[in-house]
Amino acid sequence: IGLLRNNRRNILTMLSLTIKEVSLALRKGSVSPTELCKKCLNRIKKTQHLNAFITVTDELALKQAQEAETRLLQGIIITCIDEFTYITTRRISKQHVPPGYYTPPFNATVVQKLLDQGAVLVGKTNMDEFAMGAGSTDGAFGPVRNPWGYAAPYRENTGLNPDSDWVVTGGSSGGSAASVASLTSYLALGSDTGGSTRNPGSLCGVVSLKPTYGLLSRHGLIPLVNSMDVPGIITRSVGDAALVLDVLQGVDVKDSTTIPAPSLSTQLPEDFDVRNLCVGIPNEYHAPGLSEETVEQWSRVADMFERAGARVEQVSLPHTQYSIVCYHVLCCAEVASNMARFDGLEYGHRSEIDSSTETMYATSRHEGFNDVVRGRILSGNYFLLKQNYEHYFLKAQKVRRLIADDFKHVFNSGVDVLLTPTTLADAARYSDFTQEDNRTRSQQDDVFTQSVNMAGLPAVSVPTALSRRGLPIGLQLIAPALQDKRLLSVAQWIEQRVGFPSISEFEQPSDQWQKTKKKHTV
Amino acid sequence: RNKIALLVPLAVICRDSPQQLVGVVGLEIHAQIRSNTKLFSASAVRFSSPPNSLVSFFDASLPGTLPVLNKRCVEAAVMTGLALNCTINQKSLFDRKHYFYADLPAGYQITQQRRPIAVDGVLNYSLMGGKKKKNQVVRKSARITQIQLEQDSGKSLHDDLQSQTLIDLNRAGVGLMELVMEPDMSCGEEAAAAVRELQLILQALGTCEGNMSEGQLRVDANVSVHRPGQPFGVRAEVKNINSARNLARAIDYEIQRQIQVLESGGTVQNETRAYDSKTGIFFLCSRFMPDQAVVVQEIRDRLPELPHVTRDRLVHAYNILPEHSFTLVNEDGLVEYFEAVMKQTRMNARKVIGWVTNELLGQLKQQDGSVGQSPISPSALAELLELQETGQISSSGAKQVFQEMWRSPGKTARLIVQEKDLGLVSDTEQLHGICQRIVDSHPEEVNAIRKGNKKVLNKLMGLVQKETKGRADPVLVQAILQDKTS
Repeated sequence: IGLLRNNRRNILTMLSLTIKEVSLALRKGSVSPTELCKKCLNRIKKTQHLNAFITVTDELALKQAQEAETRLLQGIIITCIDEFTYITTRRISKQHVPPGYYTPPFNATVVQKLLDQGAVLVGKTNMDEFAMGAGSTDGAFGPVRNPWGYAAPYRENTGLNPDSDWVVTGGSSGGSAASVASLTSYLALGSDTGGSTRNPGSLCGVVSLKPTYGLLSRHGLIPLVNSMDVPGIITRSVGDAALVLDVLQGVDVKDSTTIPAPSLSTQLPEDFDVRNLCVGIPNEYHAPGLSEETVEQWSRVADMFERAGARVEQVSLPHTQYSIVCYHVLCCAEVASNMARFDGLEYGHRSEIDSSTETMYATSRHEGFNDVVRGRILSGNYFLLKQNYEHYFLKAQKVRRLIADDFKHVFNSGVDVLLTPTTLADAARYSDFTQEDNRTRSQQDDVFTQSVNMAGLPAVSVPTALSRRGLPIGLQLIAPALQDKRLLSVAQWIEQRVGFPSISEFEQPSDQWQKTKKKHTV
Repeated sequence: RNKIALLVPLAVICRDSPQQLVGVVGLEIHAQIRSNTKLFSASAVRFSSPPNSLVSFFDASLPGTLPVLNKRCVEAAVMTGLALNCTINQKSLFDRKHYFYADLPAGYQITQQRRPIAVDGVLNYSLMGGKKKKNQVVRKSARITQIQLEQDSGKSLHDDLQSQTLIDLNRAGVGLMELVMEPDMSCGEEAAAAVRELQLILQALGTCEGNMSEGQLRVDANVSVHRPGQPFGVRAEVKNINSARNLARAIDYEIQRQIQVLESGGTVQNETRAYDSKTGIFFLCSRFMPDQAVVVQEIRDRLPELPHVTRDRLVHAYNILPEHSFTLVNEDGLVEYFEAVMKQTRMNARKVIGWVTNELLGQLKQQDGSVGQSPISPSALAELLELQETGQISSSGAKQVFQEMWRSPGKTARLIVQEKDLGLVSDTEQLHGICQRIVDSHPEEVNAIRKGNKKVLNKLMGLVQKETKGRADPVLVQAILQDKTS
């Protein structure tokens, strides 16, 4: 048993490394890509209760792992949410798979870029349906569970039973965050339209980057809001995020909204000097519902900056109060348009009822979309009606401009980055989270994240500490457009100083926990 | 009673009387852009391909695909806009026009309603015929509101037998230029003439092949009637016309129908198919046209000679009539043919026009051929015309030779003249002899001529021609006979 535990410990250590570290190990030969892949696949099986995966592409992954080349991300295990297109030939069937599950015939550009660098994709992760939600609870494959809810700190601090009192991951890219947090992959791609990568990143205690709009190609990312969507990068260290950003950024002819990367790839400075840095703290981000502990962390890090010689200032983003409503109008309008293609005709679910084309459309769409999606489509249609267009849609566009200008003014006045919370609090229990509907939750939980999307700016969430409930708390940094590298440099500075623990320190394999459970019940 | 009697004739004669209902016609034209690939995707643009063989992921609206604008289509629209005297918008926007239909995979069409690429142009066209002379060229114009780029839809084939609809997406996403015109026309003839001129312009530019029967140019007409000075009446839409002539017919029929409805006390119903168009969302921006000013000027410099310019040039260079230039420009390749002939002959241009438009075009039309298929090359024809011009054959002889040249391509005019012995007899001595014989053997006729009846000379000429088998130079013969009978 001692040996077994040691072995498990070694595996866990390996799985909890950063990309840089495990790359080294792979190159040295301490572990082969195939071995690593098998270990991850095993871990996926062991963490099945988290429901983080929709599809596990084990055969494809093992094949990829067998390719013996020396590329940048050779052998690195990655995942991505189901919102990215990826050619899969087989999938593990789930109980409640909706009929007409669509398998794309092409790979998303960002996925392809990672594969081209030797990465091994082990599966597509779970999420809120069509990326609409802040909990990863409203998907056709069921909700995703936060791995920290199964770790010792949560159990010990709350005395709760993880199986009945499990906590949500946040969303909508919860499966990706859970995958990285539970050590089943080193890198996961999410999508971020209003905070969908940063939100779960914060609640799952991982680094989650939303790059500047246009830096990463959206070809192959099923669109939610074309003018705000970006692929998000989820890793366990800031250095990893920078590495991946280098691989992914750049113009793609297939996506006309991409822009050239601002600079050649540079390593993040090991020792970033914050003495020339000006950190802004937006007044308006002291939002209602913000937990005490999050405020504590916010102050803690702000103080860290000040003590190290940085200038920390209060700033104002005066139109913040309008941003969530503005976001909602624009989001619903674009959703209504983007979802028009899902009619059951060319692909996807098609209803059995076909008495007329119109009926078939209506029933296919009714059956194929959940409440949340349908709600947003109907709202969007309402905002786009001729008589409403000016009052809602055009007005929201104008307000969006004001919100973007708020950021511009602040950054032009000498502020380098903004420091804010990412979420209101640590992760909620599923039973508490579902007390409110998806829309209400989204409105509440997107409050710190969505204005960033409206302005197209880069932002990153960095885990700083565990809460009293033993769950992660993260803070967000926001930078001017195209300053992604500078943003990450500052984020790394925080990471180096906050000492956020690795989940592997508390890890108990679920079967181990089963034994413990038995002990309690006796 | 007298007053009434007077009024009736007036109403009939004076066509512009304010009581008279007149037609109002505005055209909406969709022109398929002549390009290798579609407007927003790299699928090929080809006709008559197997169904669904030219469909990319984007055309099928697979989620995750994004539109990539085709530069050639933008250039085509700019060229067309410039040729139609439009203002080119430095920055134009694309919108999504939403409606659910099986041949529209994305549930919306990408179009440019709000801020199109070109606005405020004018189409100048001409009609043959006026109030007095039928062949007079009447110049007209119709204003162009805007030209917008947009996607074509796929095709639906309804199979009522099996209660199903088959969808072919080959056409989905092909680039179109929609030309929206002001209701500046008043009848079918004007509309047809305008469409024909537009076809010529688009073909000269190379931006659209303009074939109505193949769907490359689709014309919808909005037709209403009103009394001049009063507001426009209710519009009815006339669609799916496959030729300019049918367009004219359909429009005139609709005008007449509406007039009858109104005159019998009824009201015209709006019979346009109305779909709910949510005005849509803009998502592309001027990023595609970074150096707009440069691009536009460059395109302006590259514009080929437009039809009306060609016509004017021909009239001035060759001193031909405007209606001649119309015929030349209307026929593909005929201008080049005509000019090639003119280079190689001394014959007067108007005579050459006669040959080219009557003999040549006549033969071609009989065989439904194009100028390029003519078995007689410009040089060959020029040779024939030279023979006539230099008096070696008569004009009727030349026509015979032409027919023979058509039947036996490769045989030169000279050869045929020899073979058929059509050369004019110009030998004066020989002619004198023949004429003398005729004069001597017809004393009564000679007397009649001397007495003043000049027409009898023709009879004598006919006899001479009979003698010479029609090969006598008629001019000479006449002169000799006149001399001998004076």
